[in-house]
Amino acid sequence: MSEGATQGGRGMRRSWTLRLAILLPFAWLVLFVLLPTLIAFKISLSQTVLAQPPYVPVLNPSGGWDAFVGFLNALSFENYTAVFTDSLYLASYLKSLQVAALSTALILLIGYPIAYAMARAPRGVQSVLLILVILPFWTAFLIRIYAWINILQRDGLLNQLLLSLGIVDAPIAWLASDTAVYIGIVYSYLPFMVLPLYATLERMDAALREAAADLGAPPWKIFWQITVPLSRPGILAGVLLCFIPIVGEFVIPDLLGSSSTLMIGQTLWTEFFANRDWPFASVVALVMLVILVGPIVLYEHLQARALEKAR
Amino acid sequence: MRKGLSFTNLTALALGLAFLYLPIAILVIYSFNTSRLVTVWGGWSTRWYTALLADRALLDAAFVSLRVGFISATAASILGTLAAVALARARLFRLRASFSALLYAPIVMPEVITGLTLLLFFVAIDLDRGVWTVTLAHITVTMCFVTLIVQARLASFDWSLEDAAMDLGAPPSRAFLAVTLPLIWPAVAAGWLLAFTLSLDDLVIASFTTGPGATTLPIRIYSDVRLGVKPEINAICTVMIATVALVVIAASLLTKRRAAH
Repeated sequence: MSEGATQGGRGMRRSWTLRLAILLPFAWLVLFVLLPTLIAFKISLSQTVLAQPPYVPVLNPSGGWDAFVGFLNALSFENYTAVFTDSLYLASYLKSLQVAALSTALILLIGYPIAYAMARAPRGVQSVLLILVILPFWTAFLIRIYAWINILQRDGLLNQLLLSLGIVDAPIAWLASDTAVYIGIVYSYLPFMVLPLYATLERMDAALREAAADLGAPPWKIFWQITVPLSRPGILAGVLLCFIPIVGEFVIPDLLGSSSTLMIGQTLWTEFFANRDWPFASVVALVMLVILVGPIVLYEHLQARALEKAR
Repeated sequence: MRKGLSFTNLTALALGLAFLYLPIAILVIYSFNTSRLVTVWGGWSTRWYTALLADRALLDAAFVSLRVGFISATAASILGTLAAVALARARLFRLRASFSALLYAPIVMPEVITGLTLLLFFVAIDLDRGVWTVTLAHITVTMCFVTLIVQARLASFDWSLEDAAMDLGAPPSRAFLAVTLPLIWPAVAAGWLLAFTLSLDDLVIASFTTGPGATTLPIRIYSDVRLGVKPEINAICTVMIATVALVVIAASLLTKRRAAH
């Protein structure tokens, strides 16, 4: 079926329905995704005041051109310089990037063998395994973190187990530590890595590896030189799907971490809810967005290409 | 890929699944513990479940969450399906890139950013914050997930069926509703389910966009969890897990039977 024949020929006939189909979701996204980001940018250039809304200047549309010029003059980049000169915020950004990088690497290391085994399982078993991996993903995020509090707390199951086995003499403080944050993140994001990996591994042509084996390549060499390079799209998709949201993660470090694991999502949360500094919270959010623009664009590019290929 | 599991493969699977399920299993088991102390096993009991039924505030929060989830999943399914059809069918030219950029952004963007920007928007347009602002926020985020699922289905869709209906004189909207929609229905239903559970699950975006009197279940659970482990929370979590598990398993059985036909 050629695209030109169906779309060109019927372009007129279907016009209003298709236009509506495009216009409605597109307008919605412009209104609720693009516009809010622009408003956040405007507010990030404002100053905090004790008022409702808690920032100045506020644009007064009835004031005409003079009011608009005055409004523009009152905006300033002061907040941005503050973010880059205050060591607290810099440390918070660096901590987030470090936690995201390290935990994404851990998730890849743990997820790859699981995805690999899933792809090698017999067909009927595969669909069951797929459901088993997806199911925890459908269970509320908060519940999964809460489950770990049950296990990791001071008199929790892990310490009870270690004590009864005689491995430790006194209970270990697992909670409120970096370790707990890493456990929580790896646990929550594992399906995001396993699913794209499984999708590429499952499609892989077995003949390539059999040929390598016939030519005498040892299994580890086949794995490193054929399987891993061919699964690169899956690895990339999984890494991006984990890394980007982990950088902005709030719930996990808040419930499992300590004050020394202050990630940028928590800093933003505190600026907004505790300090009620909306302009500053916007600055923190927008700087995070700028840091993540590269990975986000790369992910979108991959998605679009994968769909193009599937067509 | 060649089939057949080695010993290493089986170990990886067993350890992986144990890692995924053990914490949830422990949570479920301890929700039936008579003892208030999570560390002491006092025998089986359903007392924390009966306690739930008496907790008015918790039931109210659950009701708010269900209402937000139902409305936002339904709206998101409509908008998301339209977006997927538009991307598959329309000649968007240059718009295509910005359209899909706007669609994928809420999926990958950290929730704190989505929540904050949406709240600032609601304040800027002077909208009273409450159940409806949370619903609008959830529609925005979940519709993108629906698009992703429906788009994957449409990638292998044979458009000549819809064209045939139109050649026979059906108006485009009718051809879509009578021919295309019934064929892509499982994908739309899966999208609805995903949207519903994502909405039911969300804490961060709801915390930013909510207002007085609109406490969702995750917001309520979160404020409890911060104070430590309580058996009542184990019980409400178990109820949520069981509901989601039943729905997902039923849905996958349904689509499987459909595929077998």
